[in-house]
Amino acid sequence: MSYDARDDGYDDFLDAVEDGEPYYLESPSGNGWLPPRNCDPETGETDLVEKPLPETGDVLTQTTTHVSGPTFADDAPYVVAVASFGPVNITGQMRGVDDVEIGQQVTLGIDQTETTGDRVIVFRPVE
Amino acid sequence: MVNDVKIAGVGMTPFGRHRERTVREMFGDAAGEAFEDADVPRDAVEEVFFGNYMGEFAEQQGHQGPLAAEAAGVQAPATRIDSACASSGVAVRLGYEKVRSGLADVVLVGGGERMTNLSTPDGTEALSAAADALWEIRAGMTFPGAYSLMANRYFHEYGGSREDLAHIAVKNHDHAVDNELAQFQRAISVEEVLDAATICSPFGMFDCSPMSDGASAALLVSDEFAAEHNLDAPVRIRGAGQHSDNFALGDRASMCHTPAADRAAEMAFEDAGIGPDDIDVAEVHDCFTIAEVLALESLGLYEPGEAISAARNGETAIDGDLPVNLSGGLKAKGHPVGATGCGQISELTKLLRGDHVNSDAVEDATTGVTHNAGGTVASCVVHVLEVDG
Repeated sequence: MSYDARDDGYDDFLDAVEDGEPYYLESPSGNGWLPPRNCDPETGETDLVEKPLPETGDVLTQTTTHVSGPTFADDAPYVVAVASFGPVNITGQMRGVDDVEIGQQVTLGIDQTETTGDRVIVFRPVE
Repeated sequence: MVNDVKIAGVGMTPFGRHRERTVREMFGDAAGEAFEDADVPRDAVEEVFFGNYMGEFAEQQGHQGPLAAEAAGVQAPATRIDSACASSGVAVRLGYEKVRSGLADVVLVGGGERMTNLSTPDGTEALSAAADALWEIRAGMTFPGAYSLMANRYFHEYGGSREDLAHIAVKNHDHAVDNELAQFQRAISVEEVLDAATICSPFGMFDCSPMSDGASAALLVSDEFAAEHNLDAPVRIRGAGQHSDNFALGDRASMCHTPAADRAAEMAFEDAGIGPDDIDVAEVHDCFTIAEVLALESLGLYEPGEAISAARNGETAIDGDLPVNLSGGLKAKGHPVGATGCGQISELTKLLRGDHVNSDAVEDATTGVTHNAGGTVASCVVHVLEVDG
């Protein structure tokens, strides 16, 4: 499957990463969330505001995927990681490193998948 | 009005590769077996709750509630439940609440899934739809991948190894050897598990439950109905609980705990008026080996960080202090996702009644627990079952 229609919030976030101005949504309680959100799911607060995302994050966990679905068939094997960027955690694919360690500092970027050419969130190690 | 809820009858097709069998056909078989087991007429059923997750992917078939009722020969309000791999566990809970509240005396619950008619990549993609389509799937996360992320974080926080996980797969295969309903009725070795092809690190093929086809059913009745009709129904649902969590794994407070299961277990034990120490036997959602670890810790049967070594130490084996997944679990019994939760109920009911092939191992058991999870445990439902002393 390839994604033709835009998804508000998600594609806006990817655009912002490409423009070098990634953001997250913060509630009055200080919780951070990725868009699209109408409310903080923990508190129900509705007045969320955009805040700049930290420039670097830390890898919390990772896995190398050898068996994928058809959408990533030509990408396998690839490394999926979850990294914390301040108050939000982001799931993406690692680029530019063979062995990923938990705690690795990374930057956020956008790349394209081999299989479909769709945009994908990627992490690169901090030099 | 609050009723005791009896499990009057259960039914389950053999789980495995039955790629040409439709869900409607399999559920007709499972429900028929449950009616025969219960000795309850079909026209007594007042409501049907049917779990199915991927009918649109595998059979181009949605709206399966009335289809399931028709297959079972029942004319009653019927609703399909989609809670991913917890679909029929949730169906059981809804039936339990319907009977317990006095709104019905007889409810048919169950589920069915057809998966092996899909290729492995297509089945993998269908299962992935139970995760966050925007923030996880588009990053290439699969379900084995999601649980691998949880396993690697668990290892980081608590320690543990692939070998610890391998002992879980070996144990559950051992339990399934004599279970004629199980997909894999063969033992495996730790070496086989460790040498298997990698799916997502750290998981090899034997860390993962299989794609399976199958159906399960149970007839839940009020204690009053059971008494009036002189039913032989020694097992009852003593408590139930269900909870949800943030949908994406990354949005959780922790990736090596399952708070939805914590809360579902607390609800079920509070409903039952007992605690984890009262549990004699458990059927838990071991879709991947690490999932059994997380389940045992959320149920309060082990402290966080301690269940990783339970299988290796023999504690959860058939002759251990707390036998876990005597059916073979999802790992060896099979995992037709929409049928799994009620399948656990069916197997645990038989274990407690004494008519399961592994009942002799728990002949003194009076109380058991089931744990059925959906997605990366964004959904979880827990049931406490008890057999008359």
